[in-house]
Amino acid sequence: MQHDDVIWDIIGNRQFCSFKVKTKGQNFCRNEFNVTGLCNRSACPLSNSQYATVREEKGQCFLYMKVIERAAFPAKMWEKVKLSRNYERALEQIDENLIYWPRFLRHKCKQRFTKITQYLIRMRRLVLKRQRKLVPLSRKVESREKRKEEKALIAAQLDNAIEKELLERLKQGTYGDIYNFPSHAFDRALEQQDEESESGEEEEEEEDEEDVGKREFVAEDEVDESDLSDFEDMNKLRTSSDEEEQEDSSEEEEEEMQVKRSKGKSPANGAAARKKRAYVEIEYEQETEPAPKSRVTL
Amino acid sequence: SLEVSHPINEYRQKETKMEPEASSFPPTFSVSEIKNKQRRHLMFMKLKQEKRKQKMQLKKKKKKEREALGDKAPPKEVPKTIENQRVYDETTVDPEDEEVAFDEGTDEFSAYFNGLTNPQVLITTSDRPRGRTMRFCRQLATVIPNAHVYYRKGLALKRIIPQCVARNFTYLMVVNEDRQVPNGLVLCHLPDGPTAHFKVSNVRLRKEIKRRGKDPTEHSPEVILNNFSTRLGHSIGRLFAALFPQDPQFVGRQVATFHNQRDFIFFRFHRYIFKNEKKVGIQELGPRFTLKLRSLQKGTFDSKFGEYEWVLKRHEMDACRRKFQL
Repeated sequence: MQHDDVIWDIIGNRQFCSFKVKTKGQNFCRNEFNVTGLCNRSACPLSNSQYATVREEKGQCFLYMKVIERAAFPAKMWEKVKLSRNYERALEQIDENLIYWPRFLRHKCKQRFTKITQYLIRMRRLVLKRQRKLVPLSRKVESREKRKEEKALIAAQLDNAIEKELLERLKQGTYGDIYNFPSHAFDRALEQQDEESESGEEEEEEEDEEDVGKREFVAEDEVDESDLSDFEDMNKLRTSSDEEEQEDSSEEEEEEMQVKRSKGKSPANGAAARKKRAYVEIEYEQETEPAPKSRVTL
Repeated sequence: SLEVSHPINEYRQKETKMEPEASSFPPTFSVSEIKNKQRRHLMFMKLKQEKRKQKMQLKKKKKKEREALGDKAPPKEVPKTIENQRVYDETTVDPEDEEVAFDEGTDEFSAYFNGLTNPQVLITTSDRPRGRTMRFCRQLATVIPNAHVYYRKGLALKRIIPQCVARNFTYLMVVNEDRQVPNGLVLCHLPDGPTAHFKVSNVRLRKEIKRRGKDPTEHSPEVILNNFSTRLGHSIGRLFAALFPQDPQFVGRQVATFHNQRDFIFFRFHRYIFKNEKKVGIQELGPRFTLKLRSLQKGTFDSKFGEYEWVLKRHEMDACRRKFQL
């Protein structure tokens, strides 16, 4: 004979219940046959001899009823009834099976059944929708790829590559007449490319040399660059000379700085040095004729 | 003198002992056989110094020879880079290959390259995009002419695609986002064209680019495709080329570059100006990002049942450092 009150007194209030989970506001019951999930006198499956739940298994809902006469055989204590797939029919089934049972249990079983059907519907709907797949990233692989990318970026030399490609396109004439750079060699180079003959190349060389000898009077606004850039080495020379000038100027500056510094320091140094240095006294003999003494006779 | 066994004394003794043995010839035993760590370390350092000295001597000798010969000196040796040492890929496309030319004449891009269709691009994102991704999409839309950004309301791609086809879009670009940052790109050519899935990294929006120019104008940019040498690279290159209209407006002086280096595709958007016929200045506008191809699929987007032409298999790539796919 199960003394429900005694059991509740022990596990509910005073001593330990292994299914109880205590939180700040409420107590929960982890027993899988609990209808509401809370730890109450009326909802505890251990301390109620008349008890019923609804549970689902693989999409099928069952009504579980506790038969207290078999309390000695816990494995056979719960009787299960399969509920119909139709929602209203299932509710009627619950009512039929729990007829003359306390109203609380009937109500809670129906509520639990409703919740279960709702989540089953949601599960079925989610499967049909777009399912997001989470792909795990391996940290090692990611860092390796990042490093490879950096090195590839350095090896690519993007700016140079783009500039080269653009210049090639200009040479090949894809831009047509938009850009006209006024220089003889450019037109001639174009002609040569069209002809593609050796004699053409020779002519080009001679003409370059001619250009170098000639004096062209160019207005100040037009920078000499376009003319000078025919002769390729000139560019290099200019740039190198620019660099040299820069270097010279920087060197001069450095020297100036050093000189300034030395100027600033030398008097002090000299003075100190003079003090510390052992000095030798030298007597100078000045060989000068003594001033003529005129004897004045009285 | 006090014979105190202090480490300094031992060191000095070792120095004097080891000097005559090791300095003139390399040790007969290998350095790793010495059990004592300090001695082993010392021997190893000596070995290294020896090697370095020999190397310097060799260098000096070569330099002297080169100077002595003057003009007749042999050309300088080219250092080995990954690009020179690249394993020859048998799918490298020969410029005069007829088969490839025929394929390209009849593949899904032939309509575009024959001038029949104009590209219309639809850019969207994955679900619930954050600010950075949306900004990236909008900037992409300014770079690519005829591009529209649409908000993804959680729609399935397979349902979007027929609608796009009905509205005459030629491209669908989906920017995937992870942790508030764009990290993937699905590029789908629409009337049943190939779908390419890329990993996106190093996205720099316009604000973050230093020394940038003003915003790009509405002119259609030119396209530069660099280093797409294999057959796979060719198909990807055509995929990119078909994003932009066939006739670029040179007045706009804008150029979009897709540069492939070691299987990483770098995208840059520049404005150029020719200072003279030997010098060009470029100024970066626009977003920049790198792509790495993850998979190329034959039809439109269908991750489960699609027919994959190429899929990134990590072990295949990592086996040889000098082997690349694109």
